Amino acid sequence: MERQVQFRLIKNGVFKILVVLLAVICLIPLLLILYYITKNGIAVINWDFFTQLPRPIGESGGGIFNSIIGTIILIILSSIISVPFGIATGIYLSENKEGKLPNTARLCVVVLQGTPSIVLGIIAYIWVVVPFKSFSALSGGIALSIMMLPVIIKTTEETLKLIPYNLKEASLALGVPYYRTILKVILPAGINGILTGFLLSVARITGETAPLLFTAFGNQFMNFNFLKPIDSLPYRIFFYAMSPYPEWHAFAWGASFILVIIVLGFNLIARGISAKWKVQF
Amino acid sequence: MIDNHSAHDTKVLCLNRPFGVADTLPEKRFDKLEKRFATILTLSGLVVVILLLAIFLSLLLYSMPAIKTFGIAFFMGRTWDAAASQFGALPFLVGTLLTSFLALLISIPFSMSISIFLGEYFREGAFSTFLKSSIEVLAGIPSVIYGLWGLFVLMPVVRYMEVKMGVPPYGVGIFTSSLILAVMIIPFSASIGREVISLVPADLKEAAYSLGATKYEVIKRIIIPYARSGMIAGILLALGRAIGETMAVTMLIGNSNFIPQSIFSPANTMASVIANEFAEATGITAASLIYVGLILFIVTTIVNIVGNWIIKKIGIEASREIG
Repeated sequence: MERQVQFRLIKNGVFKILVVLLAVICLIPLLLILYYITKNGIAVINWDFFTQLPRPIGESGGGIFNSIIGTIILIILSSIISVPFGIATGIYLSENKEGKLPNTARLCVVVLQGTPSIVLGIIAYIWVVVPFKSFSALSGGIALSIMMLPVIIKTTEETLKLIPYNLKEASLALGVPYYRTILKVILPAGINGILTGFLLSVARITGETAPLLFTAFGNQFMNFNFLKPIDSLPYRIFFYAMSPYPEWHAFAWGASFILVIIVLGFNLIARGISAKWKVQF
Repeated sequence: MIDNHSAHDTKVLCLNRPFGVADTLPEKRFDKLEKRFATILTLSGLVVVILLLAIFLSLLLYSMPAIKTFGIAFFMGRTWDAAASQFGALPFLVGTLLTSFLALLISIPFSMSISIFLGEYFREGAFSTFLKSSIEVLAGIPSVIYGLWGLFVLMPVVRYMEVKMGVPPYGVGIFTSSLILAVMIIPFSASIGREVISLVPADLKEAAYSLGATKYEVIKRIIIPYARSGMIAGILLALGRAIGETMAVTMLIGNSNFIPQSIFSPANTMASVIANEFAEATGITAASLIYVGLILFIVTTIVNIVGNWIIKKIGIEASREIG
């Protein structure tokens, strides 16, 4: 009897150690990735790296100024397309909890969320690159905006559902029309949550490469024309990493360092806003 | 309950409007604005549905030449040769299945440990917060950076291993891709697993403890059986992600259009072949690649719908039991 209990306790202890060990092992790749990016990235980062255009192989120096600007342009472009649609759809779904169309739309959001980014790249290629007969910033922006859409819709819907119902009732009781209640009472009350969703969606697309391979395509020069190919940080990393030159590999690490900081920065700000937001309830 | 008020109630409410802001607007204009607002909202709901349909139809339309030429036999064909216009997707099908299932196999013990760790052993405290935010960071790192790291750090290690084991030392290949994929999908199944484990009713666990069960026995007999379907859903969603993952795999799989001989040989997945060849493809090659994309879309859609359906069902069951 005594032995039986002993055995069970030992099994209990061993299991706990195993769980903790396996959980901690998962941290190793993260630490290694962050370590290598920081070590190799900081080595190549200097003022020129931010302000110069890429130079051909053999010439030293140069930077990734055009990629940084390109990434910013792509983010702005895709936000302009997806934010109005995303928020409107989010309001629609939070206002209509039952029904055929809302449920179908909800299912579509789930499917859209899980659609591989490379498929969205093909779609933007079919819809924009084929008619315009050229790779373009616009097509990249459209591919990325389809990726942003489900995140914005989902967070808007979830946030607006959390708004206390008496807020809406109070507004309606004062005779405020329905649309004004939504726009002036419900939406401002949920603005923090919506902002969080927006930032998370931006973080999601900033590091996205696959849909840009045959839409925005990459460009080693500065470009502000929406209908011409444009560079972006993740594309530059891919291009440099797959090249056979060690100088370019070093640049890929530098660009990765910047990209990781931007993406994690967006995530951090989003979490900060949502943490502050929860306190209010 | 909040949910009992449907949208219809609110619409009825605002018809009895006579006070306040509405007074400043003439009746007709007010009605018009109200209607327009409702129309805009409904339209934006429709947009998502239309968008998804349009994606499906566009893929179908543009892959038609390939579907007509090769039909279903496309997935039995072993050769992918653009010069001979001969296309068969079997190598990519095998590549995708091997990489994603291998990645799943590697990731399951780790993601289960994290879910148990965060859902049962250490629900609060500094260490669990640290682990939770680390997992979030892991989920936030862009795919291309996983690829870069895999290419310059992981690949030499795997190559060294392969030399020691006496297999052809490619370095890149299915095994390397699966390792990176495993790291990338751990956060997904772990976060869903943690949620379903924390949904297990406390009285069930307490009943088991009061009978003298150890924590291990509670986890094995109560928590895992109760949370099983949720954990399976989490694994399914992780699988959906592994199937569609592109950049890291493209950089690490070695891009060979032949059926892989072993888990160490280079291959191509459905996503990576599109990433590699689509930009230069024209005519029937492009149509074949879009055909591959269509299948990728259908497969991930099914996996996602099933996974989310399971999770939704669990959520409803849990709320019913609490209520």
